[in-house]
Amino acid sequence: MKIHEAEARQLLADAGLAVPDASTATTPAGARAAAERLFSGGAAQVVIKAQVLVGGRGKAGGVKLAATPQEAEQVAAGILALEIKGLPVRRVLIAPAATILREIYLAALIDRSSRGVLLMASAAGGMEIEEVAAKSPEAIVRVVAHPHAGLLPYQARQLGFGIGLSGELLKQFCVIAAGLVRIARSSDADLVEVNPLAVVPAPELPGGERLVCLDAKVTLDDSALDRHPELAAWRDADSEDPIDREAREQGIAYIRLDGSIGCMVNGAGLAMTTLDLVTQAGGSPANFLDIGGGARSEKVAAAMRIILADPGVKAILVNIFGGITRGDEVAKGLIAARDQQDRVVPMVVRIVGTNAKEAAELLTAGGFETAASLDEAAEKAVALAGAGGAAR
Amino acid sequence: MSILVNADTRLLVQGLTGREGGFHAAQMAAYGTQIIAGVTPGRGGERALNDTTPVFNTVAEAVSATGANASCIFVPAAGAADAIAEAAAAGVKTIFCITEGIPVHDMVGALAIVQRHGARLIGPNCPGATSPSAANSGVKVGIIPASIHLPGDVGVVSRSGTLTYEAVQSMTDAGIGQSTCLGIGGDPIIGTTFRDALELFAADAATRAIVLIGEIGGSAEEEAAAWAGDNLKHLPRVAFIAGRAAPEGRRMGHAGAIVSGASGRASDKISALEAAGFKVALSPTELPRLLREAGYAPRS
Repeated sequence: MKIHEAEARQLLADAGLAVPDASTATTPAGARAAAERLFSGGAAQVVIKAQVLVGGRGKAGGVKLAATPQEAEQVAAGILALEIKGLPVRRVLIAPAATILREIYLAALIDRSSRGVLLMASAAGGMEIEEVAAKSPEAIVRVVAHPHAGLLPYQARQLGFGIGLSGELLKQFCVIAAGLVRIARSSDADLVEVNPLAVVPAPELPGGERLVCLDAKVTLDDSALDRHPELAAWRDADSEDPIDREAREQGIAYIRLDGSIGCMVNGAGLAMTTLDLVTQAGGSPANFLDIGGGARSEKVAAAMRIILADPGVKAILVNIFGGITRGDEVAKGLIAARDQQDRVVPMVVRIVGTNAKEAAELLTAGGFETAASLDEAAEKAVALAGAGGAAR
Repeated sequence: MSILVNADTRLLVQGLTGREGGFHAAQMAAYGTQIIAGVTPGRGGERALNDTTPVFNTVAEAVSATGANASCIFVPAAGAADAIAEAAAAGVKTIFCITEGIPVHDMVGALAIVQRHGARLIGPNCPGATSPSAANSGVKVGIIPASIHLPGDVGVVSRSGTLTYEAVQSMTDAGIGQSTCLGIGGDPIIGTTFRDALELFAADAATRAIVLIGEIGGSAEEEAAAWAGDNLKHLPRVAFIAGRAAPEGRRMGHAGAIVSGASGRASDKISALEAAGFKVALSPTELPRLLREAGYAPRS
């Protein structure tokens, strides 16, 4: 689960890391009030940032500066009227604008290859890490945190020296790096990224510079949300489609795509394969949908509702390889679901494995189009969708 | 022979008294697996599987009383990583974890314990392994349906569950049997990788061809291909990669199945496998034909 920058900054601040004071607003007047507070606290300029769960908001006009409370109100009004990559901006973050001397990239993430928490740092902050990796891979320094103790002090130093830090800045960097790993572990985050980690003037300090976290991106592990109700409450229900929500609540993995063939499959790998074969047969899938193992008839009915809620669906392909899942349960669910639906679209059903024979009898009696192999099912579904959804 | 599971496997089931654990243990026993103990904290002293199998409070007790040398875990996600650590610390060397949805940071800690004890973990979020030895019998650990198997000499390794069943069924239908069929799991952090599985198959005299079934996300297929290019030349090898039509940035069901930026794409995996001498199928049903084209012939 992705969380907004405002909440990600809060996690960093709660961990004692240097994050500039900021607040959020959902109206231009609220943004003005927040800006007034920052200006009276000594800020020369404020930055107003759209809170949306997609990248590229700067390029989309979602991050702007303001020099007065009035300007902050106008700028916030403009940003709150934006839609960025299809998502409306409902909230802005207002923070003091920093004088940035240099930018560093720092992230803690779950890494498959090392099977641990990987720290990545680069002196070339401010741009996407993929860009750095492509342009100058040698500029990225990596270290894997200890599996039980977290980031050890020598590992943090190794990273900091690796990107050319020393003295006071190195000390601050080590505190922040260890903090990111601590947040990742205590919040069950897959990713805790600070980009940029900015070097800003600090005349009061020996080196005259200090580090501040100017942006934060955190992704939480969906499998661990149950044990973090306070973090789960940060789910942005507004940017979640109602159909996606129903799927999530039913324990169905659903991803809407833009094609015309609705797919209902058990198992993620087989569901992906079904999309591949539909595409290969010249069709275009309307969704990825995995009903999971052991699905009973009510879940099948819910899956059918979710698929048919997409008006672009012209045909449905059901592909079940019964193991834990019993074919006859799925067949009963399909029959019940069809009787409950207002909208009728042609369907091709393939059920093999556990109780496939019983399933076949039920489906034949119910007048369903069936297929023996996955390739045949894909071809039939493409033909049915091509017929423009004519009645069976 | 086979890899990982065979006639010497003396299996204990963690979570044997639960619904899933009990059901699948009965299926495993019916196929021919020796299930010698169960572990459920607080249920020690009971007997399970129609009164045939003792239940212990701890894995250590079960191992010392029965000599169990492998474990299959059906414990719910919140306690599964702990169950893995317990098995490893008790000296179990081969640990299968079927449980789906284990928090990934829990796995980081558990896997380090597994490695420290010199054990091998398969999974989590995997269907287990089957080594068929006759029609409808052999040794299976996990949840793969027994009916799809045929004894033979092709090693199958996969990240998926039902997709594996699909592929194995198509092999069995074509008269191509399996030495061992292994599901390594769809999570980002798993104990046994494709490369590990290929090394095991390469060392198994009874395996004469390889089927690898991968999917988008991560780079485990590429890493396996890099190893296979130098070390697997003697075996006919075919592959299938799921997710060619998957959009970027979306998690396709499995926690690990995601194309992010330039990594994890199906096309890169297919190229890497082809460069390592794998014939790559466009549908799981093509695997038997490609095996034959790669020079494999089933022993009659």
